[in-house]
Amino acid sequence: MTTRLDPTVAMHLSDAAVSVELETPEMTLNIGPQHPSTHGVLRLVAKVDGERVDSVEPVIGYMHRGYEKLAEVRTYAQITALINRIDWVSGFCNEVPFVIAVERLMGIEAPERAQYIRLILAEMTRISSHLLFMSSYPLELGAPTPLMYALREREHVMDLIEGVTGGRFHPNFNRVGGVKPAAGGGSSTKKVVQDLPSGFFDGTRRAMDRVDLVCDELDTLVTGNELFRARTVGVGIIPPDKALAYGVSGPNLRASGVGFDLRKHEHILPYDDIEFEIPVGRNGDCFDRFVVRLQEIRQATRIVRQAVDRIPAGPLQAKVPRILKVPQGQCYVRAENPKGEMGYFVVSEGGRIPYRVKIRSASFSNLSILPWILAGQLIPDLVAIMGSLDFVLGDVDR
Amino acid sequence: MNFWLLVVVKVLVVAGAVMLPGALLVIFGELKISAHMQSRIGPYFAGGRFGWAQPLADGLKFMQKEDLVPAAADARVYRLAPYIVLISTVAIYVIIPFGPDLTARDLDLGVFFLLAVSSLSTLGVLMAGWSSGNKYSLMGGLRAAAQLIAYELPMVLAVVAVAVQAGTLSLGGIVQAQAHTELFGANIHLPYLITGQLLGFLIFTTASLAELARIPFDMPIAESELTMGYLTEYSGLRFTMFFLGEYAGMVAFTAIAATLYLGGWWLPGLSPEAGYMNVVGPIVLVTKVLLLSFLFIWFRWTWPRLREDQLQTLAWKWLIPLSLANIVGTALFKVIM
Repeated sequence: MTTRLDPTVAMHLSDAAVSVELETPEMTLNIGPQHPSTHGVLRLVAKVDGERVDSVEPVIGYMHRGYEKLAEVRTYAQITALINRIDWVSGFCNEVPFVIAVERLMGIEAPERAQYIRLILAEMTRISSHLLFMSSYPLELGAPTPLMYALREREHVMDLIEGVTGGRFHPNFNRVGGVKPAAGGGSSTKKVVQDLPSGFFDGTRRAMDRVDLVCDELDTLVTGNELFRARTVGVGIIPPDKALAYGVSGPNLRASGVGFDLRKHEHILPYDDIEFEIPVGRNGDCFDRFVVRLQEIRQATRIVRQAVDRIPAGPLQAKVPRILKVPQGQCYVRAENPKGEMGYFVVSEGGRIPYRVKIRSASFSNLSILPWILAGQLIPDLVAIMGSLDFVLGDVDR
Repeated sequence: MNFWLLVVVKVLVVAGAVMLPGALLVIFGELKISAHMQSRIGPYFAGGRFGWAQPLADGLKFMQKEDLVPAAADARVYRLAPYIVLISTVAIYVIIPFGPDLTARDLDLGVFFLLAVSSLSTLGVLMAGWSSGNKYSLMGGLRAAAQLIAYELPMVLAVVAVAVQAGTLSLGGIVQAQAHTELFGANIHLPYLITGQLLGFLIFTTASLAELARIPFDMPIAESELTMGYLTEYSGLRFTMFFLGEYAGMVAFTAIAATLYLGGWWLPGLSPEAGYMNVVGPIVLVTKVLLLSFLFIWFRWTWPRLREDQLQTLAWKWLIPLSLANIVGTALFKVIM
């Protein structure tokens, strides 16, 4: 039996159709790889419902340069020139753990002066990396002015790094068994040991004063700003257990309330001689991640001042054979980089080239929490959370 | 004079002699002031001294760029959108009184006209966002539409209080009313900012920041979130029109704020009836406009951007109740006075 629709019923049906909800399917929004807030070439495939993000899938690999493979066909001395490009805003810090891993395999230790120089430059790199975050993060929230203030003082720190190493971003300054003698003196002339440029210590003290001043400025301009607080307090909370589960490290972990800092745990640089505190956040939100980094800059200036006061005299290089041959063995050395835990697992089969170098980079693990933390957030918060994690795509993809 | 000739002359004067120089002046101000706030120098080359010709040079550069229409765009709507934004801004200039007799058209319902045409620009923005064929543009356009509803109400309600106090909807009349303010029978002759409309002024400026989509309310553009919102796909002359419309809008809204709350072309101590006001008046108004523009520029380079839901909270939970209370207060004040 076929049913024929009565015209009056049909009229009622069409009335009923009005109450049927409009279908609003999810939209797939492709954020990146060319997008101002993805810090390079991160791509996020987001399913959004209006402004709300339902799920996010990070797509990485646009910056993959294959450093682990490249390291297998290069001598140890050549590798330092590569690995400072991993996290390019903290080039010096990338070199240190690798060089120390090789030193441990060879059973040598850098002279104390070289260790102090490594420490000073590593902390300066931390300052420059964090100041870059101080400048880019408010910019992502729409405030362009802190950028100029932070970068202005960062330039003084970069000048000092350049004065010592000859490079602003890619110093290539560490050598197995010490640091490179500065340009213009050093190894060829045995009498004159020209290690640090003249006026370096005074310049460092002045620069540290200026960095402290700009920290105060940023404190009033950014952290004291009501609108900045409105955008960051309570946004993107990472509880400590989640942070540990995802392998989050560095300032992001400490902002969640876990006071874990490899500078206190691993004794690869003479941090034991120096007094400093580990700033720890309370809530693990974007605001805490900002404040922890601001405090870390203050601690870093404190460390640099102490290190400059107590740097011992002495050689820059331990006795190292002219052709580096590393005995068979394996070694993992990790260090507290500005972005978090950076580690190198070096396997040597003997000879001039490593058999395998595994790089554990901080940003990769920090980024892995993105799908969990971005689910259910608004698009503006997505930008705020992503910025607060402070990753570098070179560090993610290597 | 012939009616149509007069119309053409007025439009040319309003657009060419008032809006364009005003917008260029504010753009130059923004370039220079932001530079000095950020410990930079800013433009210093174009034009010889202080880089005064930089906005002109920028405009000329934009005009040489290709006028690009994306393949996915709804071409007709896409092409039309910038005109609507610009025209709605030009229309505001028509009613701004620069002196006792210096108004292109002093409408009896001037305030009503202002509120009507100023919301028209959001239509252009929505059209631009919709027709670009870009998801970011669409979201920018929708944000602008959501923002319109949130800020338009407090703005209207704030202006209603001024109309109640002045007893007229004509902008010229509101200036005259401020010049003849009386409190308890005494002639005090002060602008409304001082005589009772301070709250209304704060609400109006907040709402006009949102209307102009300037930081802290620039969510429709939000370059770090939506790349550039509804402007993403625009280039060349059409981008220039949006850009010019934004700054011309800033001049227009600061001029309206100055007229409604700061006495417009009149200053305390000057006689509003005197003939010289037609010469002094424009200078007074432009000074007030520049002062308010400086405030807007200052906000822009100091504050971060709010979130869309925070703007809605601000508008519905704070500005609208406050502006309603402001109307009640003004009405009571009017009766007692």
